[in-house]
Amino acid sequence: MCLAIPGKIKSTELQYDGKVRMAKINFGGITKEASLEMLPDAKIGDYVLVHVGVAISIVNEEEARKTFDYLREIGELGDLVDVDEYIPKKDN
Amino acid sequence: MKFMSEYRDPELAKQYLVEIKNTVTQKWKIMEVCGGQTHSLVKNGIIDMLPKEVEMIHGPGCPVCVTPLNLIDKAIYLALEKKVILCSFGDMLRVPGSEKSLLEAKAEGADIRILYSPLEAVKIAADNPNKQVVFFAVGFETTAPANALSVIHAHRQNLDNYSILASHVLVPPAIENVMEDPDSHIDGFLAAGHVCTIMGNFEYYPLVEKYKVPIVVTGFEPLDVLQGILMVVRQLEAEKAEVENQYARIVREEGNLDAQKIIYEVFEITDRLWRGMEVIPMSGYKVKEKYAKFDATAKFNVNIEEAEENQDCIAGEIMKGIKKPFECPEFGKKCKPTNPLGAPMVSSEGACAAYFHYSGLVES
Ligand code: SF4
Repeated sequence: MCLAIPGKIKSTELQYDGKVRMAKINFGGITKEASLEMLPDAKIGDYVLVHVGVAISIVNEEEARKTFDYLREIGELGDLVDVDEYIPKKDN
Repeated sequence: MKFMSEYRDPELAKQYLVEIKNTVTQKWKIMEVCGGQTHSLVKNGIIDMLPKEVEMIHGPGCPVCVTPLNLIDKAIYLALEKKVILCSFGDMLRVPGSEKSLLEAKAEGADIRILYSPLEAVKIAADNPNKQVVFFAVGFETTAPANALSVIHAHRQNLDNYSILASHVLVPPAIENVMEDPDSHIDGFLAAGHVCTIMGNFEYYPLVEKYKVPIVVTGFEPLDVLQGILMVVRQLEAEKAEVENQYARIVREEGNLDAQKIIYEVFEITDRLWRGMEVIPMSGYKVKEKYAKFDATAKFNVNIEEAEENQDCIAGEIMKGIKKPFECPEFGKKCKPTNPLGAPMVSSEGACAAYFHYSGLVES
């Protein structure tokens, strides 16, 4: 559960009356929501490491891709989906 | 070397191994703190490829494993007796409490939900105003910002039906505890990269000063771990004890200051009991008085007696690195991932589970 998974910011939005900055993040085809509270400078198109629904660090694209591929190989992407039947997809 | 296909660059992995062999002249015990690193070492066969002088000792960095028995009993009580919606990370579900696990409580009808993020639990609270929702907030420093943020989200929405059962633990006091233990003789540490992504490297300088041990902040992929080991071995052979950062592509010296701000807004440092070990002073976070309304411990005032640990399980010695999983008499016999006697056999970060699945010692 300590792993952080890299994904790309697709869109950002303010929630809760504009108090909370959230993003839609694309993880190899799966979209999940994450908070950008810890990365105020992150913008659409950036790659970020996401840990339990919170983006914690901006990474470059190559790093993001390699880490994602590694996590997929070792079967550690299960966190992304609610059930453990994650089906690996090719990168988009 | 069939596992090599999982390396980013198998050639580089071989180079690191050769370099470690060429550098090492005597026996060293190196502890990897993070359970993700343990997993990487065992699963990728690195343990067997290292020269015999380098012994890897597996540290206490499995958050699920160190969550106290009493707190699991409390979570189960809240779900079964107080009828709260209890939300948890999936890893926690099968960890044995004194009588049952959360999963068994769920089978008895408790409303227990597995979530990916504590922020989802806040949404569940907003959608169920007539129910109390409790998030079982376990984890190291990496997870603390998300758990703290869930409290802030609930606060911003003025929810009075959301709280967290916090059991946060911290890495630097655990390193200190290992160094003070007369039974464990560790020469150097791989610190946990993702913890330092949040907290930075500052907390490790006083430790290298005090204990004269190298500490290398290290990632969790096989190549990271190999390079981290090489950096520790180089320091040891040169009689140095410094903080170094193998994971500089992710970890900045000061960490993530915005994340630290949120942690310290919600949490303060407290003494904490580590399951199987002991109370380690100033080794965890608790919810500040200011946010007491979101602190399940304060809110529900559950008094559950401390129960005895299963006597057959030597998880404490495993977590401190004094024994290896295969030295436990029950390993692979009475204790298996399908019927775990202790937490290290359950979690994906637990050392016993890593050895069970990947070491080739048991037919799984
Ligand atoms: S193998 Fe099982 S019983 Fe033995 S220490 Fe590990 S978790 Fe406990």
